[in-house]
Amino acid sequence: MLLEHYLILSAVVFGIGMTGVLIQRNLILIFMSLELMLNAVNINLAAYSKYLSQISGQVFIIFIMSVAAAEAAVGLALIVSLYRNKQTINSDEFKILKW
Amino acid sequence: MEKAAFYILSFVIIVSSLFMITRKNPVHSVLWMLLTFFSVAGIFIQLNAEFIAATQVIVYAGAILVLYLFVVMLLNPKTHGFAKIPYRYGMTILVVIVFVLQIFMAASMSKVLGIKGVITSEKMAEIGNVKLFGAELFNTYIVPFEIASILLLVAMIGAIVLALRK
Repeated sequence: MLLEHYLILSAVVFGIGMTGVLIQRNLILIFMSLELMLNAVNINLAAYSKYLSQISGQVFIIFIMSVAAAEAAVGLALIVSLYRNKQTINSDEFKILKW
Repeated sequence: MEKAAFYILSFVIIVSSLFMITRKNPVHSVLWMLLTFFSVAGIFIQLNAEFIAATQVIVYAGAILVLYLFVVMLLNPKTHGFAKIPYRYGMTILVVIVFVLQIFMAASMSKVLGIKGVITSEKMAEIGNVKLFGAELFNTYIVPFEIASILLLVAMIGAIVLALRK
């Protein structure tokens, strides 16, 4: 397999994740689309790690995974506390920090 | 064989991630996301990253996804649909243009730049992925590793503080 195949797959998955962030109104689904974008980045790093014959890319995947885990924990805690205050997780309802 | 596996895995990844962002029920979205993560783990195995594939299944499919599932079931499970913004079609076109440009750039401009390392597929098969990975992580990247552990600690404390009922 060529490097391009993996890069195209990664670009497609990243685009789908970006579309999900833009079109969804449920805050949880927006966060899930962010995780999808991080996964696309991981595919890219692993592909370059193989085709450059280095293993540093795989180490960086571990760091991205730990950042994703931290982001999921803090983000979901934020969503839970937002839900306690407003009784909804619709992103259109949260306009207090808009400008 | 390798090609067929790649195409099947990519097909599953793309279809399940499309289903994930278009389902009405968030629980269905989470389950489609599980399928996406497992297929991405398959792609990692193809790329000589067995340890990463195992971590993907354990951390993403095991921990993060269960966290999402908990929150989805804890909060209001009904969906809110898609964004109802007046410039939605303009935004859609913009996204599609960016998306197609990305693919063309990935297809045409991708070159293997940088210095070729010494860890080829043959060496990986000889020594083993996990051994090479551990040596690299704990020799070269020991300080970032410690910083990542502090980051996880901070995230844990932050999540507790944010979700604590006053």
